[in-house]
Amino acid sequence: MELLITVIKIIVVMLVMLGIVAYVVLLERRLCAAIQNRIGPNRVGWQGLLQPIADVVKLVFKEDIVPSSANRFIHDLAPIISLGVAMTTFAVIPFGNRINLFGYDIKLQIADVNIGILYILALTSLGVYGLTLSGWASNSKYPLLGAVRSSAQMISYELSMGLSIIGVVLVAGSLELDTIVEMQSGWRWNCILQPIGFITFVVSAFAETNRLPFDLPEAEPELVAGYHTEYSGLKFGAFYLSEYANIFVSSAMITTLYLGGWQVPFLTELGLPDFWVSIIQVFGFLFKVILIIMFFIVIRWTIPRFRYDQLMNLGWKFMLPISILNILITALVILLVQ
Amino acid sequence: MKQKPIVHKKDLRWWELLYIPQIIAGLKITISQIFRPKYTFQYPEEKWIPTGAFRGRPVLVEENGIERCVACGLCSRVCPALAIEVQASETNLQKERYPVLFEINMLRCIFCGFCEEVCPEEAIVMSKDYELTFTSQEDGIFGKEKLLVNINELKDRLEYIRQHH
Repeated sequence: MELLITVIKIIVVMLVMLGIVAYVVLLERRLCAAIQNRIGPNRVGWQGLLQPIADVVKLVFKEDIVPSSANRFIHDLAPIISLGVAMTTFAVIPFGNRINLFGYDIKLQIADVNIGILYILALTSLGVYGLTLSGWASNSKYPLLGAVRSSAQMISYELSMGLSIIGVVLVAGSLELDTIVEMQSGWRWNCILQPIGFITFVVSAFAETNRLPFDLPEAEPELVAGYHTEYSGLKFGAFYLSEYANIFVSSAMITTLYLGGWQVPFLTELGLPDFWVSIIQVFGFLFKVILIIMFFIVIRWTIPRFRYDQLMNLGWKFMLPISILNILITALVILLVQ
Repeated sequence: MKQKPIVHKKDLRWWELLYIPQIIAGLKITISQIFRPKYTFQYPEEKWIPTGAFRGRPVLVEENGIERCVACGLCSRVCPALAIEVQASETNLQKERYPVLFEINMLRCIFCGFCEEVCPEEAIVMSKDYELTFTSQEDGIFGKEKLLVNINELKDRLEYIRQHH
């Protein structure tokens, strides 16, 4: 029975996540259109709501072109790694409290791993392989340059990302994401307790997902399309989807670690039945995630791209010392309080 | 516009170097744009109506049921894309000459408006029509029946020519 519940959870979460990711693409297109005083896609279905489906159908029917000098096997493997990593990261993120459905007590989290944060850090590091291998296997100069940049960028920002998470771990005293969320009940959100860590984490999350101020791996004016220049059809679709899945997962991580996860302030004081409390908590989590995603999108159309040396300077000379300082201050405060 | 004073990086305070206030200022601009009116035309339903200055499909001016054209062939002569073909013939009307055949190959036309500029009779003008579609090369050659347009529909352009040419 346990196994069946887990399988159902996996299927439901996968489908919901794919749906959300597809609609994040639409949200990005509509929102960026609005920022540029345009309307954006609004023809397929009501207000363009069927646009993601049309996009996917188009991508599926497109020809899959592989450069003749490319390494076929790795060329095929890279998008699978990218998408697989992006999708599996969500497994440990708790998207709700326990819920009582049909007499079963279900935990709204696919895998309750006691080292959840380590798992996330490990998988996001694996994401670099998808990008690097795609650039290398394409056997073409622009993808290679994009891949080299992305590996350098992701490794530099992984450091400050990991170090800013340590602040949260120190506060919570646990690597378990569930405990971290429960610690942040009411308004004790980590973004208030850890403002510096919050900012460094958000900036690193931007760099990790290759979003605009740090989208050097696919800088259009310089590198055509970066690491996925030589990809088309479904494989390009996989990269595209994994990019947005990464945004979704990063937003979920920011929400879980800093914005109280599924905790909705003052909800327990209303005295609603437990079932509805759980449902509202799930939607509260989604609401926070969508807000962060919208922040990602708005930032994309606000800040211009960093130069490569500026990116490295920011990563190594600014973010790294600041996140180490954050750990020291947090540790000192915890020591003094105890 | 008054030029802003140049700010050197060494003169910035540390909170200015953090860029966070500037990022917030930028976000304010971006978000304020979301609520501004949109410029998009919902094309097939909502069409843009050009002014008289627009150079669309060249047409022949039709006045009192007949074309103004006297088939002098200047337009055909000046056309850089060699798109116009005129064959003249005689008529009992006051203008004495008229085009038996007047064809503009819309696949060749580059909308330069030289034909209109050179025309001594104001007989060929650029219209506001920008919706040109045809499904074969033969359909792209517009004969007299497609080119003749009543003078009332071309008032804007004729007035514009008189003012600016």
